[in-house]
Amino acid sequence: MFLILAALALLLLSGLGALGLSAFSRKAACLAVAGIVLACLLGAVPVLRFFLNGQEVSFSLALHIPYAAFSVALDGLTAFFLLPILVLSALAAIYGLEYMESWVDKKSVGVSWFFFNLLIASMIVVVIARNAVLFLLAWEVMSVASYFLVTFEDERKEVQKAGMIYLAAMQMGTAFLLALFISLGQTSGSMNFDHFRDVSGHLASVIFVLAVIGFGVKAGFVPFHVWLPEAHPAAPSHVSALMSGVMIKMGIYGLMRILIFLGPPPVWWGGLLIAIGIVSGILGILFALAQQDLKRLLAYSSVENIGIIALGLGVGLLGMSAGIPIIAVLGWTGALWHVLNHACFKGLLFLGAGAVVHETGTREIDRLGGLLKKMPWTGGCFLTAAAAICGLPPLNGFIGEFLIYFAAFNGVAQESRVFLFSLGVMASLAMIGVLAVACFTKVFGTVFLGEPRTEYGLKAQEIKGLMLAPLLILAAGCAAIGVLSPLLVPIFSRVLPEVTGLSADIVQENLRRATGPMVFISASGAGIVLLGGMIAFFRRNLLKGRKVERSLTWDCGYAAPSPRMQYTASSFAQPLTGFFGALIRTRRQIVRPQGIFPKEASLATRTPDIFEQRFYRPVFERIYHAVLKLRFFQHGRLQFYILYILIALLALLIWKLK
Amino acid sequence: MSSGIDSVLMGIILMNLWLVATSRISACIKIVAFQGILVAFLPFVAHASSVTVETSLFVLATVALKGFIFPWLLFRALREANVRREVEPFIGYPVSMVFCVFIFLISMWLGARLPMPRPVFSALVVPVSFATILIGFFIIISRTKALTQVLGYLVIENGIYVFGMALLVEQPVLVELAILLDVFVAVFVMGIAIFHISREFDHIDTHHLSQLRDWTAPKEEVRP
Amino acid sequence: MNVSGYLNIFLALVFSPFLFGVINRTKAFFAGRHGQPIFQLYFDLGKLLRKGAVYSRTTTWIFRGGPIIGLAALLMATAIVPGGKNGAVIAFSGDVILFIYLLGLVRFFAVLAALDTGSSFEGMGASREVQFALFAEPAIFLALAVLARRTGQISLSGIYADLTFETWQIAAPVLALVAGTILIVFLAENARIPVDDPNTHLELTMIHEVMVLDHGGVDLGIILYASALKFWLLGSLFIGLVVPLRTGNAGLDAVVFLAGMTVLGIIVGAVESVMARVRLLKVPNLLLVALLLSVLALIFGMR
Repeated sequence: MFLILAALALLLLSGLGALGLSAFSRKAACLAVAGIVLACLLGAVPVLRFFLNGQEVSFSLALHIPYAAFSVALDGLTAFFLLPILVLSALAAIYGLEYMESWVDKKSVGVSWFFFNLLIASMIVVVIARNAVLFLLAWEVMSVASYFLVTFEDERKEVQKAGMIYLAAMQMGTAFLLALFISLGQTSGSMNFDHFRDVSGHLASVIFVLAVIGFGVKAGFVPFHVWLPEAHPAAPSHVSALMSGVMIKMGIYGLMRILIFLGPPPVWWGGLLIAIGIVSGILGILFALAQQDLKRLLAYSSVENIGIIALGLGVGLLGMSAGIPIIAVLGWTGALWHVLNHACFKGLLFLGAGAVVHETGTREIDRLGGLLKKMPWTGGCFLTAAAAICGLPPLNGFIGEFLIYFAAFNGVAQESRVFLFSLGVMASLAMIGVLAVACFTKVFGTVFLGEPRTEYGLKAQEIKGLMLAPLLILAAGCAAIGVLSPLLVPIFSRVLPEVTGLSADIVQENLRRATGPMVFISASGAGIVLLGGMIAFFRRNLLKGRKVERSLTWDCGYAAPSPRMQYTASSFAQPLTGFFGALIRTRRQIVRPQGIFPKEASLATRTPDIFEQRFYRPVFERIYHAVLKLRFFQHGRLQFYILYILIALLALLIWKLK
Repeated sequence: MSSGIDSVLMGIILMNLWLVATSRISACIKIVAFQGILVAFLPFVAHASSVTVETSLFVLATVALKGFIFPWLLFRALREANVRREVEPFIGYPVSMVFCVFIFLISMWLGARLPMPRPVFSALVVPVSFATILIGFFIIISRTKALTQVLGYLVIENGIYVFGMALLVEQPVLVELAILLDVFVAVFVMGIAIFHISREFDHIDTHHLSQLRDWTAPKEEVRP
Repeated sequence: MNVSGYLNIFLALVFSPFLFGVINRTKAFFAGRHGQPIFQLYFDLGKLLRKGAVYSRTTTWIFRGGPIIGLAALLMATAIVPGGKNGAVIAFSGDVILFIYLLGLVRFFAVLAALDTGSSFEGMGASREVQFALFAEPAIFLALAVLARRTGQISLSGIYADLTFETWQIAAPVLALVAGTILIVFLAENARIPVDDPNTHLELTMIHEVMVLDHGGVDLGIILYASALKFWLLGSLFIGLVVPLRTGNAGLDAVVFLAGMTVLGIIVGAVESVMARVRLLKVPNLLLVALLLSVLALIFGMR
C-alpha cells in the first residue's frame, strides 16, 4: 500500500511542480511526465504482487471530517482496474509530451499537465477508496480535472460548449451518486465500504437503479452518453485516450463495486443491463458509422464498447440470479476482459487519431486518404486496433466478445427467460460486430488507404519516436492479450470470487471451461499467421522472375482518375445509415445542380445526436424557461445574498431543533 | 405432440409473414386463399384418428369457400375496380415483418397464460391463432387499400378458426359456420362496396374516404 | 488421430472448386447449352497461378495481404467445420463463434483490400459487402443457437454429429426454418443469385466481383480459391443439417456428404437458372427474412 501512496504523492508533487514551472512549459511537461511514469511504475509493483500471490493490503487513517476516513485498500477489483489506469496513463503521458509540443509556445502547458497528473491521481484514489466520502471527493476531483483538460483549447467556441455539457453531465451523475451513498450509509450507519454488506429487498433495487444512472453517466450508457461525443473531440488526443480508455471505465468500476454491496440480484437487474447494453451498443456504433469527425466517431464507438461491457455484466447478473455459475463467471469475465481490451485499443485508436490530426491538421475523415504510405507505423498500429475493436480473432477484442457469446451459448439450453435474454445478447452482439466492421473499415479505408482526397494529407510525415512508442506498445498489447489469453485467466480467478460471491473453487472450475477454448483460439491464431506466412511465401516464389508491373488503378478502364473521385466515407456508410435513417436521422443539405452547365452543387450531411436533439434540448429549454421566473432572486446586491444565507441557516436550525 | 400439426401451424405463421412482405395485391389474395386452405385442413391433421363424414364435408365447404370463392370474388373486385396492383402500406415491409414476429412473440407469452377449459392438442394453437388475429388487425390498420382491408378480415377469420379448433375440439362446426357466414356476407358487401366506391371516386384508396367526413381541418400553413 | 477430420479437410481443399463446375453445368443444362468443362475452375486457377502481376500505384501492402489473410483464415476454418457426420479436426465448445468471426476477418480484409485501390467501383462493392452482413451474421448465429439448444452441444462438430433423423422427426418445423435461414445466408455470403449475380457484366450492380476488380494473376487465383472454400464451408453447414444420414463408417459418411454437396451445387445452379437477382435495395429485406426465420425457429423451439 505504501508504494501506491508514494505513487500518489509523486503524482501530486510533480503536478504541483509543473504548475509552478508553468512559465517554462517544456520543463514543466518533462517534470510532469517523468513523475507520471515513475509513479505508474511504483504503483504497478503492488498490483503485480497481488496478482502473483493474492496479497490484499489496506491502510486507514482517521480524518477530522464527519463520516470521512482516509481508508484505502487493494483487492481484486481494485487491482484489476489499476492495471489499465497505470499502463495507459504512462503511455498517454509519454505520447502527450511530444503531442503538446506545438502548443508549448502558445499556451501554458504546465497547467494542463497539472490537471493531467491530478486526473490520474484521482482515478487511482477512486479505485482504492474504501470510504464513501473519500470516494465522492476523488470522483469530483476526477470530473473537475478532466473538465480543465477538455477545455484546454478554451479559445474555441465548440470546446467551451463541450466543456459545459461535460461538466453539467458529470454533476448530474454525481447527484445520483450522492443519493446512492447517503441511502447506503443510512442503512449501515457508516460511510465505510466494509460496513455496506448484503443490502437487500426494495432498497437494493433503488440503489441499483441509482448506481446505473449515476455511474452510467460517467460510463456513457445510452441515453446518458451525450457528453462523450462532445468532450472527446474537444480534448487533446492523449487526454481523450485516457478519458475514453480508462476514465469512463470508472463508471463500470463503481457499478461493480456497488453490486458487491448488494444481495442476490433479481432477474430484472440483469435484464436492465442487457437492455442498456443492446441499446448502447447498437445505437453507439450506428452513430459512429454516421460521423465524419474522426474523434467524434471514436467517442461514439466508446459508447458501443461500454454497451458490450454492459452486456457482459448483464449476462453475469442473469447467471447469478438464475443460479448458473458458468454463465455468471463467463459473463463477468467477458465484461472485465473487455474493460482491459477497450483501454488497450481505444487508447491506441485515440493516440493514432491524434497522430493523424497532428500531421494533417484536420479531423474530417472525408478530407483524408492515403496516409498509410506516409505514416506506415501509425497506420499499422491503427489497423491492429481497428481489427481488435471489431472483435476479429486472434486479437484481444475477440476474446472478450467470445466470453460473452460463450456465456450466452451456455444460456441457450436454459429456461425461457435466460434463453431469450441470451439470444438477445447473441443477436445484438453479432449485429454490433458487423456494424463495427463497417465502421472501422470505413475509417481505416478512407483515412489510410487510397489517395489523399484534399491537400490536407499531402505533407504528413511519420510521427517521431517518443510519440510512436506508446502506439507500438499498445498494438503489441492488443495482440498479446489476444494470443496469450489462456495465460491471463488466473488474473480473473483472483477478481471474480469477490464480485460474484461464488467460492474460489467454483470460479476456478468454471474459468477452466473457458480456458480450453482459449487455448484453441490462440492455436488457431497462430495457425492463421503460419498459414498466411506459407501462402505469402508460396506467392512470392511464384512471382519470382515474372513480370510485376505498377500502373494506375484499373477502375473499369477509366483513364484519368482524380483523387476526388474516390468513394468517400459518407458514401461508404450511406447504405447502412440510410437503412437506419429512422433511428439516427441524418440531416442533409443539398444544392442541386441546375441548368445545362451546372456550376455549383453540393451535398452535406450531418448526424446530430438524437437524444440531445429530441430529449435533452427540449427538456433543458423547458427548465430554462421555468427557471427564468426565479431571476428576481438574483439582482446582484450583496446584502440580499447574505440575507438568503441567513434565512437558509435559520430554517435549517429550526427544522433540526423543532 | 406431432410434428405434422406444428408444421401446419408454422405454415400459417409463415403465410402471415409472407403476406405482410408482399407488395402485389393479387399475390396477397393468393396467399390468403392458400392460408385459408391450410387452416381448413387443420381438423384433419389434428384429429387424424377420428375423421367423420361431417368433418370431411365441413372441411370441403371451407376449402371451397376460402380457397376458391373468396379469391374469385376478390379478383373480380380487383379487376373491376381497375386499381394499381400495389399494396401501398403506411408501414414499410421490413418494419411490418419485424412487427409481425414481435406480435407472434407476444402471442406466445399470452397463449402460455390463457387458461384453457381442456388441454389443447398443441401448445402452439392458441399463440398461432392470437398472432393471426392480431396480424389481421395489423394489416387492416397499416394498409391503405380497401381490398387489403378485406384481406385483413379474412386473416382474422382464419385466426378465429384456428382458435375454434382449440376451444371446441369435437364440435367446431356450429360456431365456425356462423362466423364463416358472417365473413361471407362481409366479403360480399365489401366487394360490392369497393366496386361502387371505385366508380364514385375512381380509386379504392381508403385515404380518400376521409373526404366523406363532415369536419374539415383548417388549412395548415405551409412551412418553409 | 482424427482421421475423418483430416478427410474433411482433404475433401474441402480438393473438391471445393468442383462445386462451381457443377453449378455451371446445371445452369448450362437449364439454358440448353453444353457448358464449360466441369473442372473449369481448376484450369482457371492453374492459369492464374502461372501469371505475373500488375499493381496499382495507389495500393499498399494491404492490397496484397488481403487475399492472403482471407485464404489463411478460411483454411483455418476448414479445420473447424465438420463435413456431414464427420467431426472436424479442431472441435471445442464455442468454435461456432470462432468460425463466424473468422468469416468476419475475411470480410474485413477483403473490404480493406478493395478500398486500397481508391476506385469508386470497389468502394461501392465494399460498402455493400459490409451492409449485407448486418442481418446475415445475427441470422446464422441464431440459427446455430437453435441447433445448439436442440442438441445440447456448443461445438459445430458436436451439433452436427447429434443431428439425426430422430431430431427431424421431433422438430421438423424448427429445423426446416433453420435450414431456410442457413440457405439464404449461404447464398448471400457467397454472392450468388438472388443476392448477387456472379455473371453480371455491369460493375455498378455487383458486390463480390466488383471488390476484386483490380486483383489479377496469382492474387486473383488465391481469391477464387478462397471463395470456393467459403462456399464449401457454409454449404456444409446446410448439407449437414438437411442430410442427417449417418452410416457409422467415416468413409461412407464422407461419400454421403460429398453427394450432398454435389446436390447443393445443383440446387444453387437451379436457383440461379429460375430466379432473377433481387433489386439491390431489396436485398436487406431478404436477409431480414433470414433473420426472422431464425427468430421464428427460436420461438417455436422455445418450449
